[in-house]
Amino acid sequence: MTATFVGMPAFPEAARTALADTQLRHNLAHATTTIRDKRARVVAEVADWEDLRVAGAAIKDATLADLEHHLVQLEAAITAAGGTVHWARDAAEANRIVADIAKAHDADEVVKVKSMVTQEIGLNEALAAEGIAAWETDLAELIVQLGDDLPSHILVPAIHRNRAEIRQIFREHMAAAGRPAPDDLTDDPAELAGAARLHLREKFLRAKVAVSGANFAVAETGTLVVVESEGNGRMCLTLPEVLVSVVGIEKVLPTWQDLDVFLRLLPRSSTGERMNPYTSMWTGVTPGDGPQEIHVVLLDNGRTNALADEVGRQALRCIRCSACLNVCPVYERVGGHAYGSVYPGPIGAILNPLLHGVGSDPQTDSLPYASSLCGACFEVCPVRIDIPEVLVDLRAQVVDAHRGDRRPKAESLAMKATGAAFGSARRLALGEKVAGLAGRMLNRESRPPGGSAWTGARDLPVPARESFRSWWKRTQR
Amino acid sequence: MSAREEILRRVREATAGVEAPTRPALADSGPVSVDLFADRVADYRAVVERCTTDQLPERVAAAVEGRVVVPAGLGVEVADAIDDDQLTAAELDRIDTVVTEARVGIAETGTIVLDHGPGQGRRALTLVPDRHVCIVRADQVVADVQDALALLDHARPLTWISGPSATSDIELDRVEGVHGPRNLHVLLVED
Repeated sequence: MTATFVGMPAFPEAARTALADTQLRHNLAHATTTIRDKRARVVAEVADWEDLRVAGAAIKDATLADLEHHLVQLEAAITAAGGTVHWARDAAEANRIVADIAKAHDADEVVKVKSMVTQEIGLNEALAAEGIAAWETDLAELIVQLGDDLPSHILVPAIHRNRAEIRQIFREHMAAAGRPAPDDLTDDPAELAGAARLHLREKFLRAKVAVSGANFAVAETGTLVVVESEGNGRMCLTLPEVLVSVVGIEKVLPTWQDLDVFLRLLPRSSTGERMNPYTSMWTGVTPGDGPQEIHVVLLDNGRTNALADEVGRQALRCIRCSACLNVCPVYERVGGHAYGSVYPGPIGAILNPLLHGVGSDPQTDSLPYASSLCGACFEVCPVRIDIPEVLVDLRAQVVDAHRGDRRPKAESLAMKATGAAFGSARRLALGEKVAGLAGRMLNRESRPPGGSAWTGARDLPVPARESFRSWWKRTQR
Repeated sequence: MSAREEILRRVREATAGVEAPTRPALADSGPVSVDLFADRVADYRAVVERCTTDQLPERVAAAVEGRVVVPAGLGVEVADAIDDDQLTAAELDRIDTVVTEARVGIAETGTIVLDHGPGQGRRALTLVPDRHVCIVRADQVVADVQDALALLDHARPLTWISGPSATSDIELDRVEGVHGPRNLHVLLVED
């Protein structure tokens, strides 16, 4: 696989390219409208939905406040149940651990359950560099992998592809990866799914090592939970001899009963179903059933940075449902690739800067601005992450991080000028006079020179001919 | 410093002085409705048949197709069925139907939970064959997720099943049947 998010341009530039792609915009509009309607229908069925959201947020916040205790408890419970726990500070360390486990079993391939975290750490590429093939088994991930493409949605990574494009990808690329697509394959979704079933089955039946993430990890019991739809997850979690699960440290829940709230919130928010087709729960090793060697890699990779951010730490409540993507007017138009990360959309616009830190990379610094702050994301978030609040705070952090820049941004110059003008009554009066003069010369279509980046998409009101203060002076004498 | 110590140190520093909020109590789930369970399971385009214990053997016989495998401890006789004696995945792949019981049914979400105890078999058994005939007794049905969790033993592997295998990955259009059983046939037994 050669496709990569590394070196992606900043959001405004990437968005311009995406907006020019009419096929992409059509595919996205169709998909997001469908999923929004489904979600709204099943959420409306739950009388105490708002109570559930509040409970979900509170459980996550309480867990994060005492995260060290819960992580230590989780480690002890997994170990007691026969599993092995590893800790990874960053992507490279996690990838090293997974590769070493595969090599210890002489595996030259692994099958993978769809997982955001293994995409975040670039596991497939790291394993490929060690001569280990990582096969994605989720249908959308398979479409992305076969097409040497990048994911553009958390739940449906191939949301930018329509059925005709998927048929084309299967016809052209399945043969090189294993069982070829049938010659008479049409673009009927059921037939396309059938082709994926046949293509992947031989991989499931022979794989010795599987890699997964986890939606939840229960500290008191050591139980890991994976929710899915297709059964590819069950295949990976059940048939191979060895299972490695890479789990972000924020995935922990304190108690078994806490699963209740999240198993009710997640499917309705995510796929718009009362419950997803399959949920697997396992606690260590069960003799005679499933993998007999279980590894769990607990990953930081920037999560403790986010945790230290007073406003931003709420982003760690995220359960990766992707409801915020589906309602976002910006995401709906530009799609996921423009965000330059495996985490796109509103949650990506806060999560990426929080994980990586602001001030070092123009692409990351552009993300908090990739929003109109309309607030639709907050309204649908099942764990009440106030994304607009975090976006605004991150914008301030980006500005602060660039205060010492040798070439200040236009916005920073404008703010300085405004600050100077408002700082003294005399300067303000002078400014008002100039603006009044300009107001007399300009008509509504005019644009102030040098301001086109702002006025390209907005109307700038023509300044009043007379300021309030001069009117006051004139009429009150 | 080991990765473990370093991560825990960073966590400790990041959360210093952070207060845990109190959790609001949620309402208990309402009364159990077996009718709701049947409706919600059927809503996933699974087949739901209601029958009595006496009718069960003939209903099972009518629901199975091709080669049939059964787990140890199944409470109903299935003619010509193969007993699961640690069949390999490849052997399971040549079997058409599996018949099992379940641990609990959840009415609100139309979910069946297997804990892979007697009569349910190990996890691969209900995964590889393309048709799953699942027997649920009406007295196993609970109202909602919290009631199911209270009954389930976390130490056992658990599989929650809500309808047949499905995907929405192509234009968010739901298609039944990818890797798990494409046909789910639920026999709901009430006397």
